Amino acid sequence: MLSKAITFVLLMVLAVAAWGKEAAPVAEDPVLERRLQTLSAELRCLVCQNESLAGSRAELAVDLRNQIRERMRQGQSDEEIVDYLVSRYGDFVLYRPPLKLTTLLLWLGPLLLIVAGLAALFYRLSRRREAPAIELTGSERERARALLSDSGRERL
Amino acid sequence: MIPELGQFALALALCLALAQGVLGIAGAARGDRIWMAAARPVTQGQFVFVAIAFGCLTYSFVTNDFSVSYVASHSNSALPLPYRIAGVWGGHEGSLLLWMLMLCVWMTAVTVFSRHLPDEMVARVLGVMGLVSIGFLLFMLFTSNPFLRLFPIPPDGRDLNPLLQDPGMVMHPPMLYMGYVGFSVAFAFAIAALLAGRLDATWARWSRPWTTVAWAFLTVGIALGSWWAYYELGWGGWWFWDPVENASFMPWLIGTALIHSLAVTEKRGSFRSWTVLLAIFAFALSLLGTFLVRSGVLTSVHAFATDPARGVFILIFLSVVIGGSLLLFASRTARIGLGGGFEPVSRESFLLTNNVLLAAATGSVLLGTLYPLALDALGLGKISVGPPYFDAVFAAVMAPALFLMGVGPLARWKKASLPDLAVRLRWAFGVSVVAALLLPFALGQWSALVSLGLLLAIWIAASSVVQLRERVRNAASGAGVWARLATTPRAYYGMLLAHLGVAVFVVGVTLVKGYESERDVRMGPGDTVELGGYVFRFDGVREVNGPNYVAARAEIHVSREGKTMTRMYPEKRIYRVQNQPMTEAAIDPGFTRDLYVSLGDSLGPTQWVVRVQHKPFVDWIWGGCLLMALGGLLAASDRRYRVASSRAREQAYAAAPAR
Repeated sequence: MLSKAITFVLLMVLAVAAWGKEAAPVAEDPVLERRLQTLSAELRCLVCQNESLAGSRAELAVDLRNQIRERMRQGQSDEEIVDYLVSRYGDFVLYRPPLKLTTLLLWLGPLLLIVAGLAALFYRLSRRREAPAIELTGSERERARALLSDSGRERL
Repeated sequence: MIPELGQFALALALCLALAQGVLGIAGAARGDRIWMAAARPVTQGQFVFVAIAFGCLTYSFVTNDFSVSYVASHSNSALPLPYRIAGVWGGHEGSLLLWMLMLCVWMTAVTVFSRHLPDEMVARVLGVMGLVSIGFLLFMLFTSNPFLRLFPIPPDGRDLNPLLQDPGMVMHPPMLYMGYVGFSVAFAFAIAALLAGRLDATWARWSRPWTTVAWAFLTVGIALGSWWAYYELGWGGWWFWDPVENASFMPWLIGTALIHSLAVTEKRGSFRSWTVLLAIFAFALSLLGTFLVRSGVLTSVHAFATDPARGVFILIFLSVVIGGSLLLFASRTARIGLGGGFEPVSRESFLLTNNVLLAAATGSVLLGTLYPLALDALGLGKISVGPPYFDAVFAAVMAPALFLMGVGPLARWKKASLPDLAVRLRWAFGVSVVAALLLPFALGQWSALVSLGLLLAIWIAASSVVQLRERVRNAASGAGVWARLATTPRAYYGMLLAHLGVAVFVVGVTLVKGYESERDVRMGPGDTVELGGYVFRFDGVREVNGPNYVAARAEIHVSREGKTMTRMYPEKRIYRVQNQPMTEAAIDPGFTRDLYVSLGDSLGPTQWVVRVQHKPFVDWIWGGCLLMALGGLLAASDRRYRVASSRAREQAYAAAPAR
């Protein structure tokens, strides 16, 4: 009898465990949370070594995320929130540096590198085509033959 | 006693490094056979002494000798043995010793595997490496001595940073340093060739396998670091464009350019000066990388050290190495010569265009890494340059390079024709466009970026198939397909494999960026959350004791369509000595997806914040890197690098006039 009772209780406990509910999201508003996630991924956690506001577990980061969440609830746009953070912490908080005079070189640099590199390449290529073919001297020809002797058939 | 022996061994190694530098370079310059011949045993002797020093430091770690300051700050008596050994390179001083050991391994490898090279060349190469070694040994002995004693002796050590107590971290630095330091061989060959005034195809052929092997190690090292960040930092990211990551990535990019440029120089004799410059810069960036991390200029997870004396030494050393090499280069350019000519449309130009793009990508990464430091130093304000900048810039620069990867290997040397290439590649192009447009629908949601990424990846794979097919068809022998495949050199298969690795890598990056999903939930016992078709059930948390930490370990039951898939055990650990909390994520890896569960804060006796993530194809990222590295090793093992040179060849080299 007792064992039956125990079995019954155990079954009840198991049943309760199995009825576990759908877990509640940490955030109340998932849509707003996604917006927060996207925005805070582009912001720097100011007290961490190099971590985004989205990834950080530091106290200040949690606090800032709460502030941003609150401002989003109040209907502020992303730009307004970013402007507020920049006015408080400076450009340092932005992982995507703003385009201004001091960052002009940063943003244009890659383009300049490619353009300059390709221009230099094409300049050299066009000049090279006009250069006459190099005539080998007799001894150089000998040497070339020796060098090629055991590798001539491979052509990678 | 043992630490003093280590110290003494380092000092002796410095003497031998001096001898090696002088004997090698002066011996070759004077044509003194005895001096040149002495460079080899001196190099091997240096290896022995550095290995002794390394052994001494390891011994101090293993025996918990906390009278050694470095051991006291990076170990603890409760630390498990494997991590005590890994602790040797867990901080600044020990990493430098590891660096030195690797340098000696490479130098000794040169003495062993270069028996068929002319003595003069080997002597110069060893001499240059000896000079590099002098710089590092001086740096260690004067600013970063790992053997300094501590008094009073602390009862126990301050423990290794918990982040580093991990198998991935045990392997990451040795691999990375093997790669970094390996570029010193390519550098030494380039400088030796400049000193000899003879930059030709032979030089390129000799340095090719070394460069490729170093590059393969660097690839594995970077991949291990990224993998470690993925599972150890607990937030599921795999690359953050952290300055320290960039520091290892820049030599890799330039090294990739160097491998391809060496191919042109070896096969066609062209663009030697460019190749030499790349060899110099690959090593210079390795030094810069080591030093950016080590000097504490950057503040991030890896920067343990902050000491101005070190920074100044580093700057001087860097200036001597880079400035000296560039001066030498400038004084010899007139003698370098042009090599074989080629048309604007040819394999040479495709490879060089790729080189320009890789160099531009390196420049952009360098710009983004150093820009905030420069602005700060000039007093123009503090800014952050992070993933949004690098993602945008890097993808834009590399996309055309990935496209060219499909075309270059099919183009003929000297002169290719665009219409001909278009005809040969039309099927590959068609297949990749159609697949790239349709696949995203099958995966759930179409987006332009996903489609572009898939397009490039499939394009590389499809054009590789075309290459192999043409190769078999055009093979000279009349034998069957298998015989033709068997006679294809390993270097060719290595190239194909590495390129396929890039394709696999691109698939991984594209799909994980495009389709990863995550949910942050609060969970009590029995609660479930559904993500990506999987149901995660929280079965409670219990306390677990580790050797040097206590942990709260959760059990998560994962099922799919009612069928149990696996159980996962994410942990939240507190390491006792440093009292640092660590998130130990649980990962269920899979070919097409990873499930990633990490435990957040406790919200009550049974309630926890849990983050579950679904990461499609994320393992392809590291799989791709592995394929690239394997491809590199396969190419470096090609027969033609191993053939002992015939007498004729050596005589030809010796007899040729320098020009």
